[in-house]
Amino acid sequence: MSQPIYYKTLAELSRELEEKKVSSTEIAQAFIDRTQATDGKVNAFLHHDAHDLLAQAKRSDERRATGQALSPLDGLPIGIKDAICVAGQPLTCASKMLENYVSPYDAGAVERLKAAGMLPWGRLNLDEFAMGSSTENSAFKTTCNPWNLERIPGGSSGGSAAACAAGQAIATLGSDTGGSIRQPASHCGVVGMKPTYGLVSRYGLAAFASSLDQIGPMTRTVEDAALLLQQLVWHDRRDSTSLNHAAPDYRGALSQKRETPLRVGLPKEYFGEGLSDDVRKVVDNAIGFYKSQGAQMVEISLPHSSLGLAVYYIIAPAEASSNLARFDGIRYGHRAAKADDPVEIYYDSRAEGFGPEVKRRVILGTYVLSSGYYDAYYLRAQKVRSLIRQDFSDAFEKVDVILSPVTPTPAFKRGEKINNLLEMYLCDLYTIGVNLAGLPGISVPGGFSKDGLPVGIQLIGKPLAEAELLQTAHLFEQAHDFYNQHPAL
Amino acid sequence: MNYEPVIGLEVHVQINTRTKAFTRAPYVFGAEPNTLADPVVMALPGALPVLNKEAVRQAVRAGLMLECKIAERCKWDRKNYFYPDSPKNYQISQYDQPICIGGAVEIELPGPSRNVMGAHRKVKLTRIHLEEDVGKLSHFGNASLVDFNRAGVALLEIVSEPDLYSIEEVFAYLNSLRQSLTAAGISDCDMEKGQMRCDANVSLRPKGTTTLGTRCEIKNLNSISGVRNAVQYEIKRQARALDKGEKIIQQTRRWDAEQGVTQPMRTKEDAHDYRYFPDPDLMPVVIAPEQVEKIAKTLPERPFDRQRRFMQQYDLPYTVTSVLCPTCALGDYFEQALEVYPKNPKGIANLIANDLLRELAAAGRPDEGALPVCQCKIKPAQLAELVKLTDDAVITRQSAKEVFAEMFAAGDDPMAIVERKALKQEKQDDGALEQIVRDALEANPKAVEQYKAGNEKAINAVKGAVMKATQGRANPQTVAELIGKLLS
Repeated sequence: MSQPIYYKTLAELSRELEEKKVSSTEIAQAFIDRTQATDGKVNAFLHHDAHDLLAQAKRSDERRATGQALSPLDGLPIGIKDAICVAGQPLTCASKMLENYVSPYDAGAVERLKAAGMLPWGRLNLDEFAMGSSTENSAFKTTCNPWNLERIPGGSSGGSAAACAAGQAIATLGSDTGGSIRQPASHCGVVGMKPTYGLVSRYGLAAFASSLDQIGPMTRTVEDAALLLQQLVWHDRRDSTSLNHAAPDYRGALSQKRETPLRVGLPKEYFGEGLSDDVRKVVDNAIGFYKSQGAQMVEISLPHSSLGLAVYYIIAPAEASSNLARFDGIRYGHRAAKADDPVEIYYDSRAEGFGPEVKRRVILGTYVLSSGYYDAYYLRAQKVRSLIRQDFSDAFEKVDVILSPVTPTPAFKRGEKINNLLEMYLCDLYTIGVNLAGLPGISVPGGFSKDGLPVGIQLIGKPLAEAELLQTAHLFEQAHDFYNQHPAL
Repeated sequence: MNYEPVIGLEVHVQINTRTKAFTRAPYVFGAEPNTLADPVVMALPGALPVLNKEAVRQAVRAGLMLECKIAERCKWDRKNYFYPDSPKNYQISQYDQPICIGGAVEIELPGPSRNVMGAHRKVKLTRIHLEEDVGKLSHFGNASLVDFNRAGVALLEIVSEPDLYSIEEVFAYLNSLRQSLTAAGISDCDMEKGQMRCDANVSLRPKGTTTLGTRCEIKNLNSISGVRNAVQYEIKRQARALDKGEKIIQQTRRWDAEQGVTQPMRTKEDAHDYRYFPDPDLMPVVIAPEQVEKIAKTLPERPFDRQRRFMQQYDLPYTVTSVLCPTCALGDYFEQALEVYPKNPKGIANLIANDLLRELAAAGRPDEGALPVCQCKIKPAQLAELVKLTDDAVITRQSAKEVFAEMFAAGDDPMAIVERKALKQEKQDDGALEQIVRDALEANPKAVEQYKAGNEKAINAVKGAVMKATQGRANPQTVAELIGKLLS
């Protein structure tokens, strides 16, 4: 049975465009229609502009008609998390603070997509300033998991994951600071990749925690992730942490055969208490699969991983407290109506503009950087961070990739954890190590829970080993048919 | 009681880079408000800083000019505080790993008189670090406006040890600093344009003791006179307080230039907690010793070193060197002229120090001071040529003045002017000149009488008459000899 356009992949639609079986305008229309039909339930979009998308699509069709297509991806829409700048489009970061803000410039990543002829489509919901694991911290709307509307889509890139899963976008961009791409990808049954720190430009990504943030692709297949990543990798001189790395052919790597047997590391710390049966079953299945493919399973230890959460909740808020200081109501953004002097403008604008989770982290971050506490918290956290990095690099002496769960449980119900912060923070237990160590990680659909919720598996690679990681993920994906299953909406 | 003031200065100097410290937005003084901005300057969401390497290079040059050790590795820290002139509400600065460590500023104290060199001393520096400037606030009644043009401009903070002991030393220090930095082209150091700003730490101690007293930091010193007046006021204020048996409270005070007083801003207890931490958006800077060596080759001589050399090598008097050396371009001009005509350094130096500087001062616009020497129409080689023409007795000194004025106005070669105006000193036959002198003596009996009575200057009237009669082409020395001969 042929898929509707909106469930086709980047690879398929790219081919059909090239074969002139479909036009960019038809594709754009399909996503506009699908979004109009489903987003009343899913609430993935904070903003979208059908006229703008159709105008972009028309220009793309004209390019193709005159043989001037910019790349095979020319004319394909892509959803953008509303923390990544697109010139002339709103950038709210799901915060009242930026409710009426329009970005005057394109993020580096968006420039790359536009250079390939891709069409930015809509602004996707997130936890305010990417702080959260359920997208419930959005100031504007709560996004639902397309597989079960009572459930959260994960976060912070919940809108990006849900839109991709619901067929509202072929693919989307997310950003991952502690799991914000991989965790919602797992909950929504899509592929989410967090590249090596520095591989994708952060220029134009509203900063949450600068040393951890990374933009990455969210797609329905590993092949699509490879295609998008290929386009995103770029040395951007406007981001001092951007790497000058010659990207290999990621898509080409998918079909290559390994020369040596795959060694898969299973970190014992990631399989302990708190891991639900639903998730364990899915990961066990993956372990079985890789074994059947001749892979060697190696139990490894990441001894400092139990400290990861604590380290993360010092470093990320510390950086955030400083990064978010620019939202002061002076130059742009929300300004309290009655404030008179600068101090009042700061207090009132920020009190009104920021939601509770953002305030909590700003206060926490301000505290840990304060004189007298800096050494005990921030400095010590940085030291433990290097130990965590060392754990991974020791492990990668023995294994090629690490396999683990993405989250302890499948998607939980909306409202279930919003008042239990510790449980909410524990959602990131298996994902934050990757950010702290700057490694690439990918979440691939791994199966379903007994309630029919998607559950992903996480693969973690060495720095800049994206090709190997994608290849390993692809192997699993192609042997299963999870990517062909879609939520009933 | 008799107190000794102990003063340390924190001087902020804007670096002359075309673009700002962490973005490509340009910087020029006096542009329309908020036109020198981009997403980074305005701290828009998603904007990131990128280091301007030229700012680092200039900071290294400043460090080398001021005898600092250049750090092999330095890093960037965020200094967090909220203020409307600070777009990010943090300033990118250097906290514990500055780019330049230690150093010294050589100063000259006033000598016993203007033409005698004063004592020299080296004032110790603590460090120099690189940071970014903030915007500028203007207050209008109920409203405040902010101009972000200056925000993000590369700024050096030069921190001295508490190693200055008088107003005169403070003044000498600021002057010396300015001379060194302008010599190297690092900054124009124009306090009126905000290119150089100063905070002063002032404490007193009983004369003869060595422990430091409690200090107050005085902010907002934006002119040389402001620094002088504020420090003077603060010294008096603290002395009065100590005399009354009061304790000095460590605090930050603001200089109020209108009222001429320092006023408390904040005490140590409510000092800002800047929450410094390494900026995760920027990489540490590693400066290899070979790079430092390469940069060192781009530096000019230190102004005081040059002054000593000019005095020794060219046998110039102190007064002339103290005019030529503080402005690097003037010293360069002198040496360029000397290259063309090395025989008479004093003649060249005097012509620059007296005539050229006078004309440059007169040619400057009222609000901008003297015309800089680089804009002078007389090129060094032309000036040298003029001195040579005079020395070779091709023209008289009198004519030289006329030629100089023409050169300054039009930039013509001296020889062209001499020829055009037929100013060449003629080899007059002594008979003719003698007759002219004789006539002049006869025409000025009163002057001759006075001269004979012992008023030597009176004879100038005769000399003037001779010059007039010869249209200035008579050799003054010959004229003087003839007068002597005829009157003896």
